[in-house]
Amino acid sequence: MKPLINTAKKLALAAIIASGSFAATATTLLNVSYDPTREFYREYNQLFNTHWQAQDNPAATVRQSHGGSGSQARSVIDGLDADVVTLALAYDVDALRKRGELIPENWQSRLPLNSSPYTSTIVLLVRKGNPKNIKDWDDLVRDDVQVITPNPKTSGGARWNYLAAWGYALKKYGSDEKAYEFVEKIYKNVPVLDPAARGATNTFVQRRIGDVFIAWENEAFLAVEQLGRGEYEIIVPSTSILAEPPVTVVDKNVDRKGTRKAAEAYLNFLYSDEAQHLAAKHYYRPAKPEIAKQYLEKFPQVNFFTVDEVFAGWDNAQETHFNDGGRFDAILEAIARARR
Amino acid sequence: MSSLAQTQPALAAASLPKATAEPAWVKWTLVTVALTFLTLFLVLPLSVVLYGAFELGVKVWWDAITEPDALAAIRLTLFVLVIVVPLNAIFGIAIAWAIAKFEFKGKTLLISIIDMPFAISPVVVGLIFVILFGSQGWLGPWLSAHDIKIVFAVPGIIIVILFGTLPFVARELIPLMQQQGKEEEEASLTLGASGWKTFWYVTLPNIKWGLIYGVVLCNARAMGEFGAVAIVSGRIRGETNTMPLHIEVLYNEYMFTAAFAVSSLLTGLALVTIVIKSWVEYKDERRHKTA
Repeated sequence: MKPLINTAKKLALAAIIASGSFAATATTLLNVSYDPTREFYREYNQLFNTHWQAQDNPAATVRQSHGGSGSQARSVIDGLDADVVTLALAYDVDALRKRGELIPENWQSRLPLNSSPYTSTIVLLVRKGNPKNIKDWDDLVRDDVQVITPNPKTSGGARWNYLAAWGYALKKYGSDEKAYEFVEKIYKNVPVLDPAARGATNTFVQRRIGDVFIAWENEAFLAVEQLGRGEYEIIVPSTSILAEPPVTVVDKNVDRKGTRKAAEAYLNFLYSDEAQHLAAKHYYRPAKPEIAKQYLEKFPQVNFFTVDEVFAGWDNAQETHFNDGGRFDAILEAIARARR
Repeated sequence: MSSLAQTQPALAAASLPKATAEPAWVKWTLVTVALTFLTLFLVLPLSVVLYGAFELGVKVWWDAITEPDALAAIRLTLFVLVIVVPLNAIFGIAIAWAIAKFEFKGKTLLISIIDMPFAISPVVVGLIFVILFGSQGWLGPWLSAHDIKIVFAVPGIIIVILFGTLPFVARELIPLMQQQGKEEEEASLTLGASGWKTFWYVTLPNIKWGLIYGVVLCNARAMGEFGAVAIVSGRIRGETNTMPLHIEVLYNEYMFTAAFAVSSLLTGLALVTIVIKSWVEYKDERRHKTA
């Protein structure tokens, strides 16, 4: 008996000590974000802390959570204690209002530039020396070009690729029918339709299949940087889609935790010159025009359009193109027929 | 069981033809198939992990596992083990005791229910607890009103791992205790020993090896659990990422060497577990032989 009680005491003590190390300190903020922002926020959190402490505030610990944008939003709705969310899509952030009433209706107008301190776009990644001489979207419909992009039915990122191509064709050729034909031709050139972005990256990079990989600009830079410097080149198309990853304070959580002041300061500081330069360093386009101007070499000028302008919002785009029986299903059927 | 196994071969050897009298090629084909399979699906992947982990040298490996987020993941994984394994040992003993030593209605049903965590997909387990304890869930409003956090915090991780590893100790002990019967306990009690004393000096020594074996298996599974944890953890770096989640994070960020380094550590822990398991089996066998 004695040894059992002693062991139990030791275990309890260990539990107390260990749980102590998880407990919160003075000001702790939780930033729930999506996958590719990790490096940026890691550096930004230090930058913010320097600024925050310079204003006579106690040090703020910022915790990060990263995952797929949609599932991260879901977790916050289910109770993940985010003080701020910095997700990929306004659609995902808006879910916090629609399904959880965690933020007010006007959330996106509370901060400048649609609450999007940095932006990104869809670009074309090609192999070293650009052997197929790819310059713009038009080259993707050529018979001798193989395109790698994941399946827009299952991959959120792939929907942007699809809509970027569609928007380009619509602007250039003027009608939905022409745009449909154009996008169908691109998907005919896709040898493997991977279910997710990660798999598509592996297909292009590790299995070395395909001539051009449709990708996020920030991730294309990362791939060039991490997976083989000098092995790939980024081709910025003439026209592409503008992604505005929005940020917001999660009102219900900060009011309960009493962290509103720090959380608001954290997001406001994203619009400072230092933070804008930092975003550029981590391959996001600075949203403030005067800073963006300084990076024209890194981020060439693109004719941008947004989902709202061309597709009347995400709900509409989803319904017309990606739901069952939508335009993309028609494309898949047409391709299947052609291959038979 | 063991006494049966010992008497039968003696009989068989005398009267029946040898059971392993197949031609040599059958034997060698089987051995080759088994070894090829093991090499392809076990040795090769494990070597890839080790190679990937140490490809850039020991220092890179060391840096990867001593980085703050990795250390936090290791600490959390070990902390969860310290809570989960003893609780499951206690539960396992209790349930095996109830089933082996008492008669009651619905016993068969109870035995089947214990296996449920093995049958349910970990993702479903995670979702069950989010639906139960999440802020949109049944108990969510009450929990948040009392400022209690379960999902997206350490308690949630402990609960899903506890659920997933529930059967291990019980599964080991039930057949063992059923086979041993209750005569020894009855003898002890009639001789005037208290219930606790009987448990401590009669039951526990009898089930010791089975218990350790169950604990070792429970331990291995608790370290490696991924699916359910991924759903309830909230993926807060340095706070609610266990080792398997941390490995996924590293892999997704193209940090392959670091991912392999943490994997190698997790594999190492698993190997230690297997060594302990083999040692237990060896001890157990010796005990049977001398008994």
